[in-house]
Amino acid sequence: MKDFRKKFATEIARVERRNFLRGGLSLGALSLLAGCDLSSNDSLIDRTLWAMLRFNDRVQAALFDPNKLAETFSRAQITKPFRWNAYYPMAQIRAVPADWKLDVSGLVDDDTSWDLPRLLAMPQESQITRHICVEGWSQIGEWSGVPLRHFLKAVGADRRARYVAFECFDDYSSSIDMASALHPQTLLALDFETVPLTPTWGAPVRLRIPTKLGFKNPKNIAAITVTNDYPGGYWEDQGYNWFSGS
Amino acid sequence: MTPAQTSPLPGPDIVVRLTHWVGAAAMICMILSGWQIYNASPILPFLFPHWITLGGWLGAGIAWHIAAMWVLMADGLIYLAWGVLSGHFRRDLWPISPRAFIRDLIAALTFRLKHDLTRYNAVQKVLYAGVLLAATLAVLSGLSIWKPVQLGWLTALFGGYPTARIIHFCLMSAITAFLFVHLTLVALVPATLRHMILGAPRRTAQP
Repeated sequence: MKDFRKKFATEIARVERRNFLRGGLSLGALSLLAGCDLSSNDSLIDRTLWAMLRFNDRVQAALFDPNKLAETFSRAQITKPFRWNAYYPMAQIRAVPADWKLDVSGLVDDDTSWDLPRLLAMPQESQITRHICVEGWSQIGEWSGVPLRHFLKAVGADRRARYVAFECFDDYSSSIDMASALHPQTLLALDFETVPLTPTWGAPVRLRIPTKLGFKNPKNIAAITVTNDYPGGYWEDQGYNWFSGS
Repeated sequence: MTPAQTSPLPGPDIVVRLTHWVGAAAMICMILSGWQIYNASPILPFLFPHWITLGGWLGAGIAWHIAAMWVLMADGLIYLAWGVLSGHFRRDLWPISPRAFIRDLIAALTFRLKHDLTRYNAVQKVLYAGVLLAATLAVLSGLSIWKPVQLGWLTALFGGYPTARIIHFCLMSAITAFLFVHLTLVALVPATLRHMILGAPRRTAQP
């Protein structure tokens, strides 16, 4: 218990530190030496780093093989306890709004909203895969739900569009490239560890995409948009590499 | 054999010198931004002091890491290709004999090793070949934790994602240890610094 509290406090400190430091791609040690403004987002170095991030997006898109599957594991290999993570502390986990619906918009034929029974009526798939956090740690978990490609087909999404964007009711957001969205292991997950998602794990629907880092797996999804306009995301706008493919 | 009779050794040529300094800068960026990334999820019970890490926060640390990575890889590939094609490896790093290494190491530790600027002693050969190998493996293990799905075969070669991450850390540690030894030796024999910047001193009088 003590251990848990300690871990939790560290976690809060980590989140606070992250929020405190999200002033863009500041240079840290070297800029102090050079006397640069730490809060500046417009230095040559910042612009170079952003340009390199965009270059890395293109390289990763080129490297991405739509048929290459992430390694899968056995039930015995599942990490327990599974670590919870978000941009806010656990105390701020939100309950699913009573009027929750999954909104669909953008380059789709059918933009009617979805409710849980309609999602559950779709073919379901499950996976036991490694979830890798941008921070470096990783854990193996089990999710099941609707393959996103089936969902995109069902809503008549333009699958030549560039992006699929996710808005969440916990004020998180993220977006992925269409090729990764159509990958067979990309799920609109409804279950975690064989039981329906609880708010902690992203109820009622979250993205599970084992070909990308953890922060590209938004929880508590409220809206999906298919678009050609770069949507960015909560962390992506602050400087996490947008593609972040595994 | 007196120095006058040896064939003039060109010293580090322009490609070796350029790739050395570009590679050194890229490697230092990789190490310092790597420490920033390490601090986000340490695998040992310590953190690197924040002031020495590069980036200020994790996102920027990663941005530095995957930007400097391209510089390091391009630089490394040019150097390795040049090392093979120009004969630099064969001439200067080969052969490496364990007996010569032990002999030169003992001489070095007892401050009896004469530093000859025109050729590498066995300790230098082992250190340079070793750091080249460590840097190459650091790049490969880094790629394996950056792309554990697309380069899954490479990740598997390094024992899977969590193990590859530890190997990547150990290689960083080895390269950092090399840097300390290397810089200490440069401080002890400062002529080598001039040599690495300007190349070999000219042997003939200026016209």
